[in-house]
Amino acid sequence: MSETKAPVVPDSEKPGNDLLKQITQGPGLVSVLGVIVALVIGGLLIAITDEKVAQTAGYFFARPTDFLSELWRAATESYVALFNGAIYNSAQGFKPFLETLTVSTPLICAGLGVAVAFRAGLFNIGAQGQIIIGSVLAAYVGFAWHLPLGLHLLLVIVFGLIGGAIWGGLVGLLKAKTGAHEVILTIMFNYVAVYFIDFLMNTQAFRRPGGTNPISPILDSTAVFPSIPGSRLHLGFVMAVLLVIFVSWMFKRSTVGFEFRAVGHNPEAAKTAGINVARSTIIAMAMAGALAGAAGVAQVAGTEKVLTSGIAGSLGFDAITVALLGRSTPWGTFFAGLLFGAFQAGAVNMQITTGTPIDIVSVVQSLIVLFIAAPPLVKAIFGMNRKKKRNAKLETTQAGAK
Amino acid sequence: MRFVSRKTGVAAAMLGISALALSACGAAPEESSSAGKYPDYVGCIVSDSGGFDDQSFNESSYRGLKNAEKDLGIKTREAESKTNADFATNLQGMTSAGCNLTVTVGYLLGDATADAAAKNPDSNFAIVDFQHKDPIENVKPIIYNTAQAAYLAGYAAAAASETGTVATFGGIKIPTVTIFMDGFADGVAKFNEDKGENVKLLGWDKKKQDGTFSGDFEKQDKGKQITKNFISAGADVIMPVAGPVGKGAGAAVAEANKGGEEAKLIWVDSDGYLTAPDYKKFMLTSVVKTMDNAVEDVIKADAEGNFDATPYVGTLENEGVALAPFHDFDSSIGEDTKKEIEALKEQIISGDLKVESAASPK
Repeated sequence: MSETKAPVVPDSEKPGNDLLKQITQGPGLVSVLGVIVALVIGGLLIAITDEKVAQTAGYFFARPTDFLSELWRAATESYVALFNGAIYNSAQGFKPFLETLTVSTPLICAGLGVAVAFRAGLFNIGAQGQIIIGSVLAAYVGFAWHLPLGLHLLLVIVFGLIGGAIWGGLVGLLKAKTGAHEVILTIMFNYVAVYFIDFLMNTQAFRRPGGTNPISPILDSTAVFPSIPGSRLHLGFVMAVLLVIFVSWMFKRSTVGFEFRAVGHNPEAAKTAGINVARSTIIAMAMAGALAGAAGVAQVAGTEKVLTSGIAGSLGFDAITVALLGRSTPWGTFFAGLLFGAFQAGAVNMQITTGTPIDIVSVVQSLIVLFIAAPPLVKAIFGMNRKKKRNAKLETTQAGAK
Repeated sequence: MRFVSRKTGVAAAMLGISALALSACGAAPEESSSAGKYPDYVGCIVSDSGGFDDQSFNESSYRGLKNAEKDLGIKTREAESKTNADFATNLQGMTSAGCNLTVTVGYLLGDATADAAAKNPDSNFAIVDFQHKDPIENVKPIIYNTAQAAYLAGYAAAAASETGTVATFGGIKIPTVTIFMDGFADGVAKFNEDKGENVKLLGWDKKKQDGTFSGDFEKQDKGKQITKNFISAGADVIMPVAGPVGKGAGAAVAEANKGGEEAKLIWVDSDGYLTAPDYKKFMLTSVVKTMDNAVEDVIKADAEGNFDATPYVGTLENEGVALAPFHDFDSSIGEDTKKEIEALKEQIISGDLKVESAASPK
């Protein structure tokens, strides 16, 4: 693994690095404002799509109060339902918050995987595939092997991490050795994983004895995370928190973390400074994969307890947004994961009690990311970059004068 | 808006507002309260990740619930699952929202339903297209012996084929899909046996239990490609068993007809002549599963206090499954063939003719 084999970073990647910087260095206030703007627009969308609002709009002039009160009711009722389903409601106390933590566990793990790669200057689009391979290995160990309590769960976790690490590490290896772009590699690895699990679910080894549906046996009770009685919250959440602490420590204190950051900032400079860029790429991708694999473990050994081809859901892609939202810092990703978890947990209640289409919740989520990933947009809305604009104008006129 | 002059902008805005104002001139409705027969009964449904617009079992089960809402005056609640991880949470949400009966759709929800049923012994559940190995007291399986109707479709397809080749393909190889293909294969075989013909079937080998699958219930272009291949291999009657992917097959058949070939479609789940009107010109017939009726019946029974957990099995006899009318092709199907199909139907109902599939409900 000599230095000369390190990939030459093409020019086209440079704007990518700028984008990374923007995402990782934007101020927090803009994020908060972005969330508020998204909630307001989302509220309007909810109100517009509400049937009763549409009805009352039909006789707006006959009885305008109907329309206005319905408008207010539709928007607030949905957000109250969201809150009731995600944080607290009088009937269940803080039980919904436990559900939020449950849902956010895999999001945090997979988000960390994407964030670690981001920091090392790699766009890891492959969390989906890494989750799938991780959960396949973890689930197989969980239902096919029968081991004593403790050891079994430990092996499930280890194999899940290894599965993800292999899938991510292969991408790192290919990039380091051949210079192939990691975005293309991870996307294609996703496809391979998706079809591979489809194939596996159609083999007898992954089916219930005598069963013909593509669904695996239930994992042994020794292979699943213990959970808090009366809720779905399981020990996997602690694993997620430990991973956040580990990644945070790694970036701040360890050589590997320092190398990741150096390579992420400027691979050429890092190379000149004597950092093995190829090695760093491989380790970063393997670690990203392992973290995504942990999300797979949280799925199979935490909430689902079986393997199906839909095990990863849309986690791999949500993870990218979670990492973006968290500005690729470990704790930022943690809280972004919690926010997304709260949205998903609350969305269920919102859908059931108010009939708001679940897609609207996804729209609000996407709006939040949109506003956070594009800070200038929020700044423009709140008139925060007027000064900057004037400066920019000044610069251009000066440049023009030259 | 920079390119729109201010005046035009204002004019457009005025126009818009007046349009809104005009449409808002309706009369306010009187306060009214219309109570149905069972105003306190709550019927609920949880979809799998296909959603309620999947043109397949989620949609027809949902229609059943909505019909019940209209006919019985019950309250309804619905939850669409985006991913498998939503099943348990959606079901939990339903039971805490006070649902009397919750309909779950598909085998993927099997575990979650069993779990919710155990935790809420006072609530009832019904699961479509799936049956638990050990019966559960408060879960009613709604399942179908689809092979019976598919058998008739296979016979009709073989009779209608001019090239002597018919074809079928599935979305994913799961029992609720392969049961169509098994029945279809047997129907074709029956035609060959009775008539001494040799109509070939592409896309499914009943003995090997293997054949052609598009891989999911989403990618229509895959269905189109498969159907094109079938047509160029000489097939002129094609039955896609793949939900919305069937539309891809429809597109391929439409193209072939434009090119002068005479290919026909057999739709599944609902009468495609009505539900996929874009391709009704090519719709020979359909293999119908009337899930909406079954769901409504189960809800009605429960609302009346007559819930029981014995499986509902849709058959030709109880019209849970059926062969749809030939519609536009009615005149081109010979009277003899129609009589033969009717006779086969009678034999199946009476039990003289057994249609077997590995995926049949036991």
